[in-house]
Amino acid sequence: MKRVLVYYAHPAHRFSRVNKALLDMAKDQTNVTVIDLYEEYPRFRIDIDKEQDRLRNHDVILFQFPIYWYSSPSLIKEFLDLTLEHGFAYGAPDAALTNKIMGLAVSTAGTESDYSETGYQTYPLRTFLTPFEQTARLCNMTFLAPYAYFGAHAEQDGFLNEHVQSYGRFISALRDETLDIDAACALDLMNATNLPVKG
Amino acid sequence: MTDFLMLSFLFLAAGVIAVPVASRLGLGSVLGYLLAGIAISPLLSALHVDVVSIQHFAEFGVVMMLFLVGLELEPKMLWQMRSKLLGLGGLQVGVTIVAIMAIAMMFGQTWRVGLAIGMVLALSSTAIVLQTLNEKGLMKSDGGQASFSVLLFQDIAVIPMLAILPLMALPELVELASHTTNDHAGAGDHGTDIDLMGNLPAWLQGIVTLGAVGLVISAGALLTRPMFNFVASAGLRELFTATALMMVVGIALLMTLVGLSPALGTFIAGVVLANSEYRHELESDIDPFKGLLLGVFFITVGAGVNFPLLFENLWSVVAMTLGLIALKTTVLIVLSKIFGVNAGDKWLFSLGLAQAGEFGFVLLSFTVANHVIPKAIADQLLLVVALSMLLTPALFILYDRVISPRYLRGGEQEPDEITEKGKIIIAGHGRFGGIINRLLSWSGHKTVVLDYSSSQLEMLRAFNVKAFYGDASRPDLLHAAGIDDAEMLIVAIDDKQKATEMVHYVHHNYPHIKIIARAVDRQHVYELYAAGCREIIRETFDSSVRAARTALEMLGTRKFDAELIVQDFIERDRHIIREMAPHYDPDIPIHKNQALVEKTKELMKAQESELLGKASANTTTSRAWDFSKRTKPESDD
Repeated sequence: MKRVLVYYAHPAHRFSRVNKALLDMAKDQTNVTVIDLYEEYPRFRIDIDKEQDRLRNHDVILFQFPIYWYSSPSLIKEFLDLTLEHGFAYGAPDAALTNKIMGLAVSTAGTESDYSETGYQTYPLRTFLTPFEQTARLCNMTFLAPYAYFGAHAEQDGFLNEHVQSYGRFISALRDETLDIDAACALDLMNATNLPVKG
Repeated sequence: MTDFLMLSFLFLAAGVIAVPVASRLGLGSVLGYLLAGIAISPLLSALHVDVVSIQHFAEFGVVMMLFLVGLELEPKMLWQMRSKLLGLGGLQVGVTIVAIMAIAMMFGQTWRVGLAIGMVLALSSTAIVLQTLNEKGLMKSDGGQASFSVLLFQDIAVIPMLAILPLMALPELVELASHTTNDHAGAGDHGTDIDLMGNLPAWLQGIVTLGAVGLVISAGALLTRPMFNFVASAGLRELFTATALMMVVGIALLMTLVGLSPALGTFIAGVVLANSEYRHELESDIDPFKGLLLGVFFITVGAGVNFPLLFENLWSVVAMTLGLIALKTTVLIVLSKIFGVNAGDKWLFSLGLAQAGEFGFVLLSFTVANHVIPKAIADQLLLVVALSMLLTPALFILYDRVISPRYLRGGEQEPDEITEKGKIIIAGHGRFGGIINRLLSWSGHKTVVLDYSSSQLEMLRAFNVKAFYGDASRPDLLHAAGIDDAEMLIVAIDDKQKATEMVHYVHHNYPHIKIIARAVDRQHVYELYAAGCREIIRETFDSSVRAARTALEMLGTRKFDAELIVQDFIERDRHIIREMAPHYDPDIPIHKNQALVEKTKELMKAQESELLGKASANTTTSRAWDFSKRTKPESDD
C-alpha cells in the first residue's frame, strides 16, 4: 500500500462546483491524507517543517486545483516555493522526494478543443503544466499524466459525475498500487475514459 | 528682598535677550551670556554687587554639569578612556605648566610664581567647552572625547594643586599680609570652609577620603533605587527634582568636607548612576538648574572683566592672552598627533581647550590668599583668563567655518561613531508598548523605553529590558532620552490627552521623526491626526477584528474567505477614517463641525449596501471567481 497525500487549493471554494465534488470524493477514500491548503494557511504562512514532514511520510503527492490564468492558485506556488527547499527536495544526493510520485488533478473552463493549436488558448493543456512536470523531474519524482476536467462551467453534469467517481478510483488505485504507473506516465492526460487501472 | 529680585531680574533679562541673539548669529549660548555680562557690568558696579561671590555660587553649575556628564558615561566607557585620561590629560597639564613656568621665568619671575601661574593657566574651561560641545553635538566625536578626557583630568588635578600652592607662599607676601586684616580670599567652592580633616593624622585623612568616595559609589549603586521608589510612591513630580538636587548637593557637600573636588564627587556619582533606570529622570531634573547656574556663571565672567585695568594694560594683556592661546594650542596639537586624534578633530580639540578656565579664577584667588602670586600680577592674569574665555567661542567659530569644512571637503573625515543613532523611543511600556518593544527588539532594533510606573520597571528589569523611569510626555525627558537623534517615536501611553500633546510637541519640534501613535478610540484618531501624526493605530481595533474573524470561522466561513472579509472591512473602515480625519477640528465639537457632519452623511450613503449586510456579496474573491454573473465564460473553474 502506498501512502497518498492530496493537496487541495481553491481560493474561492464557495463558488466551486467541480472541485468541491472532487474534494468530497478524495475525502471519502480511506487511508488517504487530504489537506485543504487555503483552510490550513489562510494568511499564507506555510509551516515549512510540517509540510516537509508530510511529504516525507507519503509516497504519492497529488495537487488538486482549478487552472486560473494558466496556472495554479497562488497558494500552491507559495507552498512549492517554500517547501521544496534546496537540500530537501533537490540539490542533495539523498533528496527526500526521490522516487515518489507527483500527480495533478486540474479543471479548466475552456474545452479540450480550446486547448489546441487551433483553439483560442493556442497551446495544449500540458504546455501550461510544464512547470509542474519539470518540478517533479528536478525532485527526482515520477510525473503522472494530469487528471484533467475540461469545460467546468458547462452544464454536463452526467460527465462530471463520471469524472468524480473515476477520481475516487484513481486515488484508491494509487493507494493500492493497482494503477499502471508506466502507462499513466505515458498518457497525455488522464480522465474517466482512459484511467490505466490494473486488473 | 528687592535687591535679590532686582539682581535675579537683571541676570535673567540679560540672558533672555543676549542668548537668543547670539544663537541666531551662530555664536553659541556661551558667548551670548558673556556679552550679556559685559553689558550689565556697569549696572552691577553701580549697584555695588559682589560679582565674585555670585560667581562662586554659580560655579555649582559646573558641579552639576559634571554630574550630568557622569550620567552619560557608563563605567565601562570610562575604563576604556583610561589611557587618554591619564596620558593625554596628564601630559597636557604637565607640559603646559612647565612651558608657562619657563616663559614666566624668562620674564623675570621666580620659579615659584612661574609654577603657580602655570597651574592657573594650564587648566581649561570645563563649563565653556562641554557646553559648546554639547550644543554642537560633538561630545561623542573623537575630538569631543579627547577634550572631555583632558577636562576630567584637569578637574582631578585641581585637588593636588590646591594642596601644593600654599607650600609655595612667598615670605615677603606673607609678611605683608600679616599687617592687613582684610583678607578677602573666599576660598571658593573648591576650598574648604569647614575642615573636618585638619586635626586628623595623614593616614586617617586618606582613609576618610577613600571612605567618602566609597560611600558615594556604594550609596549611588545601592540606595538610589529604593530611594526613588520611595519618592515615587508619593506621586509628586517636584519631589523627584528635590531628591535629585538633594543628591547632588549632598555629594558636593561631602566632598568639600573631606577636601575633594565636589565636581569630581558628583561626576563619580553620575557614572555610578549611568546604568540606572532613573538616569533620564535625573538628567531632566538637574539639567535646567545646571543651565541656569552656568548661565549666571558666564554672565559673571563677562561682568567681572575689569575694563579700566584692561585698557591700562591693553597690549600686554592681549599679547599674553594670544600667547597663552597659541602656546596651549601648540601643546595640544603635538599631543593629539601622539595620541592619534584624527585630522579634523585635532583642531577642534586643540582650539577648544586653548583658553584658561573657571578653575583659573579659583586658583588665582587662592594663590593671592596664600601669598603665592602678588596681587598686581594676579589682577592682570585674571584679565587674561577672562579674555581667553571670551575668545573661546570665536575659536569654535573659526573651527566651524574655516577648519572643519576644509576637512569635510577633503573627505578625510572618518565617519563618526554615533552608537546611539537610529534609536526608537517607545513611550509607555504597558500592554501596548510592551509588545511593540518585544517585537522590535526581537527583530534586532535598539529601543529606549520610557515608563512612569516603577512596578512595571521592576518587572522589566527582571527581563533585562532597558527601560527608564519618567513621564514620557514631558519634553525634557524626551530630550534626555535622545529625541534629538532618534529616528522614531512610538507613543504607546494610555493617557489620551498626553499622547496627543506629545505627538503635537514632537511633530512640531522634530518634524523629521517618524511618529506612530496609539489611539484610544475613533475621536482620538482624529485628534492625533490633527496633531500631525499619520500612523495611528487604534489600540483595540486589530484584536476586535481578529475576534470577529474567529467568529466567522467558527460559524463555518472558510478561513481564507474570513480573512478576505476582514481585510476588506479594515480597508473600508480605514478609508472612512482617512476621509473624515482632515475635517476634524479639535476646537469644534464633532456635532457642530459642519464639514465633518456632511462628510459623514456622504460616506454613510456610500456604505449603505455594506450596512445592509451585503458585504460578502462583494468581497475580493467574488470579483474574480463568481462566474454566475458572467455572460460568457472567460476563465476557468
